Amino acid sequence: MKEFLTFTKKEFLHIFRDTWTMMIILVLPLVMMLLFGYAVTTEIRNTNIGILDYSKDETTRSIINRVQESEYFTISNYFNSYDEIDQSFKSSENSLVIVFGENFSENLLHLRKADIQIVADASDPNAAKTLVNYLSNIIGSTLKDLNKTTIENYEIKPELKLLYNPLMKSSYNFVPGVMGFIIILVCAMMTSISIVREKEKGTMELLLASPTSPITIIVSKLIPYFVISLINIITIFLVSYFIMGVPINGSLFWIFILCILYILVSLSLGILISTVSDTQLMALVISAILLLMPSMLLSGMLFNIESMPLILQGIAQAMPAKWFISAIRKLMIMGVDAKYVLHEFGALLLMEVIIIGISLKKFKKRLE
Amino acid sequence: MDEVIVVRNLTKRFGAFTAVDDISFEVKKGEIFGFLGANGAGKTTVIRMLCGLSKPSSGNALVGGFDIRHQSEKIKANIGYMSQRFSLYEDLKVWENIKLFAGIYGMKKKDIAIKTDILLEELGFESQKETLVSALPLGWKQKLAFSVAIFHNPKVVFLDEPTGGVDPVVRRQFWELIYKTAEKGITVFVTTHYMDEAEYCDRISIMVDGRIEALDTPRALKEKFSSDSIDDIFYQLARNAKRKED
Repeated sequence: MKEFLTFTKKEFLHIFRDTWTMMIILVLPLVMMLLFGYAVTTEIRNTNIGILDYSKDETTRSIINRVQESEYFTISNYFNSYDEIDQSFKSSENSLVIVFGENFSENLLHLRKADIQIVADASDPNAAKTLVNYLSNIIGSTLKDLNKTTIENYEIKPELKLLYNPLMKSSYNFVPGVMGFIIILVCAMMTSISIVREKEKGTMELLLASPTSPITIIVSKLIPYFVISLINIITIFLVSYFIMGVPINGSLFWIFILCILYILVSLSLGILISTVSDTQLMALVISAILLLMPSMLLSGMLFNIESMPLILQGIAQAMPAKWFISAIRKLMIMGVDAKYVLHEFGALLLMEVIIIGISLKKFKKRLE
Repeated sequence: MDEVIVVRNLTKRFGAFTAVDDISFEVKKGEIFGFLGANGAGKTTVIRMLCGLSKPSSGNALVGGFDIRHQSEKIKANIGYMSQRFSLYEDLKVWENIKLFAGIYGMKKKDIAIKTDILLEELGFESQKETLVSALPLGWKQKLAFSVAIFHNPKVVFLDEPTGGVDPVVRRQFWELIYKTAEKGITVFVTTHYMDEAEYCDRISIMVDGRIEALDTPRALKEKFSSDSIDDIFYQLARNAKRKED
C-alpha cells in the first residue's frame, strides 16, 4: 500500500512537471467547451432582420414586437421601399426581411387574408432555411395569440414540437460530446503515452526488475488520469449547468456511474495501446487515428450516426464514445430512468471485459 | 556458501530459435564478473532470466540462493539492476529518484534520508540534491543511476553496458565505483563493449551464439589463447559466430 502511494505520487509529479501535459488535460477541456459553446455553434442568435411595413398598424406592430423580443432576432433596419432591401442584403446589414402588405389588420379582419412576405438571403441555404422556420413560427404563434388564425394566406404548417431541447440549443448536444472526447483524450491517449514513455526511456525495465508487481506499476499509473478525468467531468458539468444553462434532468448517481464506467473503458484502451506501441509517437498516432478522430466524427457528437453510410455506422458501434454520449444524453437531457440505458451500459461493460482480456494476454506474453 | 550465482544448463528458446544454449557457470560473492559477447549473442536474454524478468525454457539458476523459476519475487528484492539505457526519471529531482527507488526496495524513510546524505557526499553531489536529473551531465547521471542501483545493498548488481556513451575519464571514475562496491561484498555482474574494461574484471566469460566459449580470469585467458589482449581473443571467438549482429 505504501509502495502504491509512492508510485501514485510519482505519477502526479510526472504530470505536474510537464507543461504540455498540464495544458492538454486541464486547459484543453475548457477551451473545447468555450469553442463549442460560443464559436462553433449551429444555433441562431441575434440575427439582424429588416422590416418593410406598408401598414404600420396594430397587428404588424405586435408581430414586430414579438420578433424583436425573441433572442434569435434583432431588428436592424426599417425600410421604406423594396429597393432598400436589395441594398441591405448586398451590404450584409441583415439576412432576413419581413414585408407587410398594405392594410394588414383591416384585410385580416374583413377579407380574412393579409399579405406578409419573408425575404431571405439564401446564399447560405441551410441558415436561410432555419431562419425562415424560426420566423414563421414566431409569426404563426403571434397571430394565433391574437386570435386571428383563420388567415388563409398563412400557410398552415405541421406544428413542430421539439422535445427535450425545445430551443434547439446546440450545447445540449456538444456537452456530452466534449465529455466523451476529453475522457478518451486524457485516459486513453495520455495514459498510453505515459506508459510507453517508461518503456522508451528504459525506466520500465528498471521497475519490472524491482520487487514491485506489474499490477502496482500499471494501476498507480492509471490513478492520476482517473482523478483528472473526474475533475474534468465535474468542471464540464459545472460550466454547462451554470454558464450554458444545460439542464441535468436525470439522476446524478447514474450519470456518475456511467462516467466512471466510461473512464475505466478508456483507461483500459490506454493500456491496450501501450502494449502494442514501442514509442510515444506510435502511441500518439494510434490513439489519434483509431480513437480520437472517430470519437469526434463517428460518435454522434457532430454528425448524426443514422444518416451515415452503413460501414461508418458499423465502425461507430465499436466506439465507446458513441455509447457513452448516447447514454449521457438520455440520462442528463432526457432525464430517463437508468433502465433505459441498460443497452449502453451493457455495451461499455462488454468492451471493458474484452479490452482487459486482450491486454492481460498481451502482457503475459511479453513476460513469456 | 560462497557462490551468489549458480547457473545450470540454462536454455532459452523463442520458437525454433535457441537464444541461450545450455550454459552453466558460477559467480562468487564480491566478484566482478564480466559478461562479454557480440550483439545478439544472448547476453541480455541471460541477464533478463537471472533478474527474474523472463522464465527459462529449461535448466535453472540460483541467484542469491533463490530459484529463478519460482522465486523471482525474492530475487528481485535482492538484486540491483542498471540497464544500458540510462534510466532514472529525468523529471524528478536527484533526491526524489533516490527516495523512489529506495522505497520500492522496501527501505525505511529514516534510513533513506540518512543514507541519501551520505551517498550525495560520497559522490560530491551535495549541491545537486534538489536538481532535476535532466539537468545533470551524462556522466553524473550514470554514476547516480549506479548508486541508486546499489542503494538498498543488494547481493548482486546487474549492469547492462553501464558505460555506453560516456567519456574515458567518467568511465574510469565509474569503474572506481564498481571496485568500491565489490569491496563491500556486493557481486557485480557487468556486460560491456569496451575490451579494456574487461581487463578490470576478476573473471570474464565470452558468449558466442548462445553458448559460453571461454570463461576465466583475464590473465588465464590470455595464456590459454596465447594472446596479449582480450580484444584479440574476443575477435578470434566472435568471428566464428553464425548469427548476424543485430
